[in-house]
Amino acid sequence: MRLEYPTNIRIVLVPCTGKVDIIHILRSFEKGADGVYVVGCMEGSCQFISGNIRARKRVEQAQEILDKIGVGGGRVQMYNLSAGEGTHFAKFAVEMEEKIRGLGPNPVKNSKKNLAA
Amino acid sequence: MIVADKKPIEEIIEVIKDHDKILVLGCNECVTVCEAGGKKEVEILASALRMYFLNNGKEMVIDEHTLERQCDHEYLEEVRDRIDQYDAVLSLACGVGVQFMAEKYHSTPIYPGVNTCFLGATEQRGLWTERCQACGECMLATTGGICPVSRCAKRILNGPCGGSSNGKCELGKEVDCAWHLIVERLKALGRLDDYEKVCSIKDWSTDRAGGPRKVIREDVQV
Ligand code: SF4
Repeated sequence: MRLEYPTNIRIVLVPCTGKVDIIHILRSFEKGADGVYVVGCMEGSCQFISGNIRARKRVEQAQEILDKIGVGGGRVQMYNLSAGEGTHFAKFAVEMEEKIRGLGPNPVKNSKKNLAA
Repeated sequence: MIVADKKPIEEIIEVIKDHDKILVLGCNECVTVCEAGGKKEVEILASALRMYFLNNGKEMVIDEHTLERQCDHEYLEEVRDRIDQYDAVLSLACGVGVQFMAEKYHSTPIYPGVNTCFLGATEQRGLWTERCQACGECMLATTGGICPVSRCAKRILNGPCGGSSNGKCELGKEVDCAWHLIVERLKALGRLDDYEKVCSIKDWSTDRAGGPRKVIREDVQV
C-alpha cells in the first residue's frame, strides 16, 4: 500500500488494545509525549472479546485525569479500524498530528524545561 | 471486603499542595480488589499528581510504594527506614490503614487518598454493594442469609415496613426491600416458620452504639 503518514509518531505494538492501561498513557505524557492515540479493532470484533472496549474506557479515564491536571484530555484519542483498513490508519495519524499541532506542546514538558532552567 | 472509592484528585491536591516530598502508599488487599487503592491506582495517582504540580511550577517529589497490608504491624514496619524522607504520606488504604499508620508514625502526616465506604461484595466489575455493617452479633441464620441490618434502610428486624412495594424499598425503585428478599429466600428454603418467629430486641451494644469495639482472643495471644 505504501501509504504515507507523519514521521513524528512512534508506534508501540501491543498484542491487543486491552493491554493498554491508563498508566501507560499517563507515563507517555510524563516522559514528554504531546499526544497519545490508541488504534484498536472495530468494537464487536475483538479476538479477546472486550479488549478494545476496555481500551476505550481507559482512554476515557485518561482523558478525564489529563483534563483535571491541566494537560488536556484532548491529547488522547481512541480510534477503531479493521485489519484491512490501512488507509484509515494513515488517516488517523494525519488527523491526530494536526490535532496535536493545534493544541501545541505538552505543557508538562515545557514546565520541566522551565524548572530546569 | 472493605469497599472504598477514589477521592477526587482536586481534593487530594488541596491537601498535599504545601508539601515537597510525598509517598503515595497503596495496599494490596481490599482496596486493590475494588480498584481504588492498589498498586495500579498508586501509579496512576502519583503520575497525575507529579504532572499537575509540574504544570503549576512545582517539582514535587511523589514516590510510590504498595504494602501487602496497612492494617498489620509487620507490613507497616517495611516503610520505617524511609518514612522520614517524606513530608507526608498519602495512603490509599482504607481508613483502618490510614489510622494504623498514623498511630505508628507520629511525626508524619498521613492523609487518606480514598473514601472508605462499606463492607461489601463485588457484584460485577465496577459494581460493589453493601452486605454487612459489622453489628457484632450476626443474625443471618434466621433471616435466610440476608442482612436486615445492612440492607434495610430502617434496620427493621421484623419487617417489612409499610413502604415495601413490589419488592422494592420506599427509598427508590433501585433499592431492593431487604425484607422482601428475606421472605422470598425463606420461602425457597422451606423455612417460612422462621419468619413467623418475632425477633426480640437486638443487643446493639455490640454495634457502634456501644462505642469503639474490640475483639480480644486470649486463646491466640502469645
Ligand atoms: S421497604 Fe423494606 S428495606 Fe425499605 S425500609 Fe421498609 S423494610 Fe426496610
